[in-house]
Amino acid sequence: MSEINRIQEEIIGEFEILGDDKESTIYYIMELGDQLPEFPEKDKVEDNIIKGCQSKVWLTSSLEEGKVHFQADSNTDITKGLISLLIRVLSGQPADEIINADLYFIEKIGMGNIIGSQRSNGLTAMIKQMKLFAIAYKAKINA
Amino acid sequence: MNDLEAAIKNNSGIIVEDKIREYFPILHQEVNGRPLAYFDNAATTQKPTQVIEALRKYYELDNSNIHRGAHTLASRSTDYFENTRHLVREFINAPSSEEVIITKGTTESINLVASTFGRAFIKKGDEIIISTLEHHSNIVPWQILCEEKGAILKIIPIHDNGELDMEAYRQLLSEKTKLVAVVHASNALGTINPIKDMIRQAHAVGAKFLMDAAQSTAHLDIDVQDLDCDFFAFSAHKVYGPTGVGFLFGKRALLEAMPPYQGGGEMIKEVSFEKTTFNDLPYKFEAGTPNIGDVIAFGEAIKFVNKLGKEAIRDHENLLLKHAVERSSEIKGFIPIGTAKEKVSVLSFGINNIHPFDVGLMLDASGIAVRTGHHCTQPLMDRLQVEGTVRASFAVYNTIEEIDRLIESLKRISKRKN
Repeated sequence: MSEINRIQEEIIGEFEILGDDKESTIYYIMELGDQLPEFPEKDKVEDNIIKGCQSKVWLTSSLEEGKVHFQADSNTDITKGLISLLIRVLSGQPADEIINADLYFIEKIGMGNIIGSQRSNGLTAMIKQMKLFAIAYKAKINA
Repeated sequence: MNDLEAAIKNNSGIIVEDKIREYFPILHQEVNGRPLAYFDNAATTQKPTQVIEALRKYYELDNSNIHRGAHTLASRSTDYFENTRHLVREFINAPSSEEVIITKGTTESINLVASTFGRAFIKKGDEIIISTLEHHSNIVPWQILCEEKGAILKIIPIHDNGELDMEAYRQLLSEKTKLVAVVHASNALGTINPIKDMIRQAHAVGAKFLMDAAQSTAHLDIDVQDLDCDFFAFSAHKVYGPTGVGFLFGKRALLEAMPPYQGGGEMIKEVSFEKTTFNDLPYKFEAGTPNIGDVIAFGEAIKFVNKLGKEAIRDHENLLLKHAVERSSEIKGFIPIGTAKEKVSVLSFGINNIHPFDVGLMLDASGIAVRTGHHCTQPLMDRLQVEGTVRASFAVYNTIEEIDRLIESLKRISKRKN
């Protein structure tokens, strides 16, 4: 099992414990967001905003020792929680793994039901942007 | 007491919460494992069984296109359709049914005036006055018109509590003012504007006055003749009726002088390829097949409101608002937004350090429905220097117990960051 899938399974397990109580699930996601490392104020610029999200989401990335790292922030706690899950799964992985990742945990934990269809589009935009960063780093590595 | 009053009110004429809720089937459900508390009434109200039944009956028994039909169903649906127009005339005390135009909603009513009155009577250099409190639907049509005509849009500022600056309004009015278009009650804050006074002042400089009454018609007594407004727009779905139906009252002389809105069937008298003559009021402004079933069903909503009485409705809603305002002081970090002296039953607020959307999501998880965001009033949000608010808006079927649940949930939500 790939590292990405191992982390996905871990998250699915955590959400299973919460059951189908929406209130505790939402509070839990928000708490995950609270634990994200602080995002530098200087990076909260237009260029780092992900288009297609209802909330404001800033995302930056870096390449360290061949692995892609992500940092993100949002003006809403729920979005911050969601992106913290994506970061947990994808950050620190090789570009190739990120590009090919099948993020099945999102459906498994019932995210669509929790955040509604409009927010789900935002989540798709976040994933797309993370994969685009990985594609760019891969090109850079191979250049 | 009529039969509905007897079923819903106690001996002192006060609405009994449990009894009125029986008429609104949608309220009897659980959302996210908790009983639904619906506080999004300024967006749309729920519908009583009388309205739902009328809609079902229309499609089961009466469905037919109206006017000019040679058969029984057509004549029946026409009668019912026109009966709603008649009920609306009474409801707002318009002088005649011909002055009541049926539209898709408040937005279309306002656009109708901008496109027809505006096209015919607004010229370069003329001024149109709106206010900071306006919904986008009472801003954008006038912006488009002003752009086309080279006219100027002037904005009445507000005080910090969400009341209009009436001194500034007086100063904006001049012989250049051709139209004032102002909301009766603010959708975002609930502020009730001193509309009658504003209309009098507009008329004193020769300007016409359009009232956006989308948020007031369900709560306040409306008499367009007493108010003396030139145009009056409202939507059925905010008055316990179906969506997709609205009304425009206009004074007869103005409506007759205005060109038609859209071309098509219904609005013509005679058509040849050389020349078309237009139909009489109100049909001149009603091109195409209207939303017949929903218009007919709205008649039942008016009867429902009339039977309960606006005074009893207002008394109940005021009680709810007062209770909510009093208890809101228990919530740490509660920031009231809009504290005008005269308000409809809207509680708009923020919670310190928590985004309105997060508040809305957490309330929803407890079965409580509110609206969050800019409420289609971005210029107002800019003026108040907030990104958006949380808005709980109360209707006749809400209860004190539901408000207590709202307050307890907000106390818990606030604890996350306060």
